[in-house]
Amino acid sequence: MYEEIPDDIAVNFYGTMVRIREFELAVADLFARGMIPGFMHTYVGEEAVATGVCANLRIEDKITSTHRGHGHLIAKGGQFDLMMAELFSKGTGYNKGKGGSMHIAEPDLGHLGANAIVGAGLALINGASLTAQYLGTDHVGVCFFGDGASNEGIFHESLNLASVWNLPTIFVCENNGYGESTPQRQHQKITDIAVRGAAYDIPAEIIDGDDVGAVYLATKAAVERARKGGGPTLLECKTHRWRGHHEADVQDYRPSEELKNIEHFDPIIRWRGVLLERGVSKETLEAIDARVTLELDEAIKFAKSSPEPDLSEALTDIITPQTEEN
Amino acid sequence: MALLTYREAIRQALQEELHHDERVFLLGEDIAEFGGSMKVTLGLLDEFGPRRIRNTPISEMAILGATVGSAATGLRPIAEIMYSDFFPMAMDPIINQAAKMRYMFGGKLSIPLVIRAPMGGRRSAAAQHSQCLEAWFMHIPGIMIAMPSSPYDAKGLLKSAVRSPNPVIFFENKMLYNEKGEVPEEPYFVPFGQANIVRVGEDVTIVALSDMVQFSLKAADQLASQGISAEVIDPRTLAPLDVATLVQSVQKTGRLVVAHEANLTCGVGAEIASQIAYQAFDYLLAPVERVAAKDSPVPFNPRLEKEVLPDDKDVVAAVSRLMAYGN
Repeated sequence: MYEEIPDDIAVNFYGTMVRIREFELAVADLFARGMIPGFMHTYVGEEAVATGVCANLRIEDKITSTHRGHGHLIAKGGQFDLMMAELFSKGTGYNKGKGGSMHIAEPDLGHLGANAIVGAGLALINGASLTAQYLGTDHVGVCFFGDGASNEGIFHESLNLASVWNLPTIFVCENNGYGESTPQRQHQKITDIAVRGAAYDIPAEIIDGDDVGAVYLATKAAVERARKGGGPTLLECKTHRWRGHHEADVQDYRPSEELKNIEHFDPIIRWRGVLLERGVSKETLEAIDARVTLELDEAIKFAKSSPEPDLSEALTDIITPQTEEN
Repeated sequence: MALLTYREAIRQALQEELHHDERVFLLGEDIAEFGGSMKVTLGLLDEFGPRRIRNTPISEMAILGATVGSAATGLRPIAEIMYSDFFPMAMDPIINQAAKMRYMFGGKLSIPLVIRAPMGGRRSAAAQHSQCLEAWFMHIPGIMIAMPSSPYDAKGLLKSAVRSPNPVIFFENKMLYNEKGEVPEEPYFVPFGQANIVRVGEDVTIVALSDMVQFSLKAADQLASQGISAEVIDPRTLAPLDVATLVQSVQKTGRLVVAHEANLTCGVGAEIASQIAYQAFDYLLAPVERVAAKDSPVPFNPRLEKEVLPDDKDVVAAVSRLMAYGN
């Protein structure tokens, strides 16, 4: 399967998905043990989407992320140690411990932030895409958002603006079937959010979001089109959220059958099968697993041993000081 | 010096900044061929073309979201919100994004943008096209606010706003667009955070916002004929607010009136009154007076509108109460 995807890229998919999975399981555990303050929304089960999408992006391409955003940053090149320190609210974190899980950002990687406002990234990404278009570059913008966000007014305004301005934006819907606790059938009558692309003359595609190869190839086509001035695309990745909306959510609103069988959709096991079938050795994959474990251990150590932000940080970065340069 | 209208002064600032910096562009509803609802941007499309003068759909949230996103990635957008009253359609990009991104991201981004928004009533435009919403934004750290009251300030403040690395909300008073004033031929900037002492006086300090500056000057003339010397100060920017100049003035006069067209309750006057009560308490000879709109939506009927909105008579009455205090 997926012969058009070279071995090295295919193996990288596995590595990225394992990195996201292990990071998320670790932070869930650390959160449960009270070591991480705030809220915690994990991306477990949805790893194929961020991985397959971001594998098509360059560092200059921008993404906007969501409250369930760790996977997007990892897939865009985020480092475990700086991420973990941010989640621990330490001064060494990506954002000096002032953003946390829901606002983690690294603009130098083209990551414009996780966002705790559902749908907010849909409008922001058009600005990033406009910058790319305005400056005559072939960079693109990618917005990750959920099925819940597709009912926000900002979704409709933003798709319309991207369409009428022919912006190089790829709208990636991570349809995990739930807007927090509300199942999709209760929050919209349609089953495929992709149909909303037609209302804005935006090409749209429905993808098995648990199949990283499929996500990668669909995004590849969308990104290539956008880079050539072909305008926006709406990709609906059907995926599964394994854990609660956040870690305090016991998910008693979900049918027990659904959760019992959810590992059937495991994007990592599925891709592992694809790789083994095409002759990648078990040892290669185990070596990746081992490297990820090591990287994670180091990151947790780094986060635990890092200092708190200085108290003066409470009142810095509110405005940008005016200088000759800016 | 040239005699320009407030509208022309704003347009000139836009022209100069568009020429100065290729990253500067305009976006908003009907701003291109139509020249904007207030005709401020008339002619700019011909001069700068559709890449830089961009008509948008009627989608305030998408407009301001794209404004913030482009500012975060290296451009210098100037958005127009057709009427201040449309801000409620698009608060998230300002309040949750622009004002907080730099802070949340630990200083990793700057958001250099300007949102121009016509404000105010006195045109029978009724409750949804007449509001003064500056206090909403003053409550949020991370946003700068300018409220020019003259062509000179409008041009100089707008140029400073465009050069600022921060999000700026620029409130233009609809009743002032046709007002004329002296504007230098050569480029100049009016810095943020520097109040303007518009008229020097000894007996009472009148801090006035936007077109209440004109009403207060008129009031000061009347008061002068009664032997009362009023100092009129225009803060020009609310964030940052030049509290020091206001304190100095009250230390001299011992009396303060704050005048704005926005509603009384939780208006900017409340904050200024509090700052002065704290920092100049020992100098105050009377309580602080606020002149503001009555706490009501702005009525359509012109007589009712006049009843609700403050003018020079209200300023004179407030000053008279202060002068009589304790007698």
